[in-house]
Amino acid sequence: MGEAGLALGFVVFAFVSFLGMAMGHDAAFSFHAALACAASLISVIVICNRYLDRPAELPPAEIGGRPNYNLGPIKFASAMAMFWGIAGFTVGLIIAMQLAWPALNFDLPWTTFGRLRPLHTSAVIFAFGGNVLIATSFYVVQKTCRTRLAGDLAPWFVVVGYNFFILIAGTGYLLGVTQSKEYAEPEWYADFWLTIVWVTYLLVFLMTLVKRKEPHIFVANWFYLAFIITIAVLHLGNNPALPVSFLGSKSYIAWGGVQDAMFQWWYGHNAVGFFLTAGFLAIMYYFIPKRAERPVYSYRLSIIHFWALIFLYIWAGPHHLHYTALPDWAQTLGMTFSIMLWMPSWGGMINGLMTLSGAWDKLRTDPVLRMMVVSVAFYGMSTFEGPMMSIKVVNSLSHYTDWTIGHVHSGALGWVGFVSFGALYCLIPWLWNRQLYSLKLVNWHFWISTIGIVLYISAMWVSGILQGLMWRAYTSLGFLEYSFIESVEAMHPFYIIRAAGGALFLAGALIMAFNLWMTVNAGRASETEGAAALQPAE
Amino acid sequence: MKAIIQAENFASSLVGTLWTPIFVGIFVAIVVYALWPRNKSLFDAAARMPLRED
Repeated sequence: MGEAGLALGFVVFAFVSFLGMAMGHDAAFSFHAALACAASLISVIVICNRYLDRPAELPPAEIGGRPNYNLGPIKFASAMAMFWGIAGFTVGLIIAMQLAWPALNFDLPWTTFGRLRPLHTSAVIFAFGGNVLIATSFYVVQKTCRTRLAGDLAPWFVVVGYNFFILIAGTGYLLGVTQSKEYAEPEWYADFWLTIVWVTYLLVFLMTLVKRKEPHIFVANWFYLAFIITIAVLHLGNNPALPVSFLGSKSYIAWGGVQDAMFQWWYGHNAVGFFLTAGFLAIMYYFIPKRAERPVYSYRLSIIHFWALIFLYIWAGPHHLHYTALPDWAQTLGMTFSIMLWMPSWGGMINGLMTLSGAWDKLRTDPVLRMMVVSVAFYGMSTFEGPMMSIKVVNSLSHYTDWTIGHVHSGALGWVGFVSFGALYCLIPWLWNRQLYSLKLVNWHFWISTIGIVLYISAMWVSGILQGLMWRAYTSLGFLEYSFIESVEAMHPFYIIRAAGGALFLAGALIMAFNLWMTVNAGRASETEGAAALQPAE
Repeated sequence: MKAIIQAENFASSLVGTLWTPIFVGIFVAIVVYALWPRNKSLFDAAARMPLRED
């Protein structure tokens, strides 16, 4: 039934996108319609083949009294995470080098900083991070509910559909298609597609919770659910737009002026709070106890941590708009809630770190666990720095400088990156029933990347504060002491150090990709039966 | 018509005034639930959920 319906839906969608391709007003729109048409036709073929190949009955929910977990979509999403991670880190390195050596723009429209920058941010946050979140959420919800993932085609629709959204968004940036909202650049048709995928994701997750065999819903699932619901609300709130034509890529946002700015940063900061924080905290609450073989340090604290985060985060957005046309009271509100966030953030960090009580010795022998524990330490550091930067007087120095970039990357590389790497190092061997190919290589990855992060963030601290001080320096006669270009010139050495840090981080990720590839393709089977279908690790 | 608008303004300002204490109340209730001594055994069991093998 579902298969016939979905296949039919894709046939119609292929026809509609064929018309869009033929009648599109701009080349980028026609190109995207062509991609959609091809993807729809491939989907129809794959769905029909799958129907013909599979037994008449759907896979059983249980085999021999044990849940028959659905791992296929998780394997796909974790392989895609590795692929997009490498792609996103590479583009990041390219734009870091463009800042140091502008000639690397190559004077081509597709390779300018303005187009590659959103490609980098979307690839690392939404493509790499998003695939990690979808993969781990599907794994954790099944394991802690002791039930098979809800739906048969729906989980596949979520993982493949999400990656198709990434493809449309990413190629759009290169072709100059953008609605110019930071972290929400994709145009109206990509937004529309993401809405369909995301609602399906929410339904799959919710229905799995509904049919759980465990009476209690484990705290990680609360964090995942908050992440999924809030991202849906943020996406709908920030993106209502009127297309100029339904056959063209350009649209105009419904909100105007400072309301638009407020919506944008309500969205933008909660993308940090619920995508890059709540979702990855769910990873922390499952993978660290599992890997350390210790229970969550304080489950009570985890409940308070969760609700405090939910109640506070949603108000913090206005700190992105200090000293703008946004009313003063709203700025102060954003600042106050940001400062209050210190408490749940550090509560969560303490809970993650103290989960190692009685197992601290494992940090010496297990680099995967070390990676996750260091990620929690970075979480503590960047959630200390963030509220501090939201204070208006600090912000008057830090805003629009590289300090912000350094802050974001201590969170992104240190916290999100490392906890994701740790989770993938756990997940890939579990999914393919293998032993990890080499712990030694994980150790190399850990140290190379850690040095890379330290180079990155310390370069940005120095350059950011230098930049801020140069911009506000006055001579005794009341003139600005430095021209803007002098401050740019002063940044040059730090841009080179930053690019070097990024190169190290990328090198670490390449080591990881090799390690995981070897785990899947040449690794030893773990004690139980091995021969699951092989799939490339990137 | 004017009366309706006035009633609406009154209602919205009431909600606007009250939701801070309402949210604080909900949050305090959650904290009490989390710290309630009788719930300890439930939470101790839940803390071990990731460790269980099936």
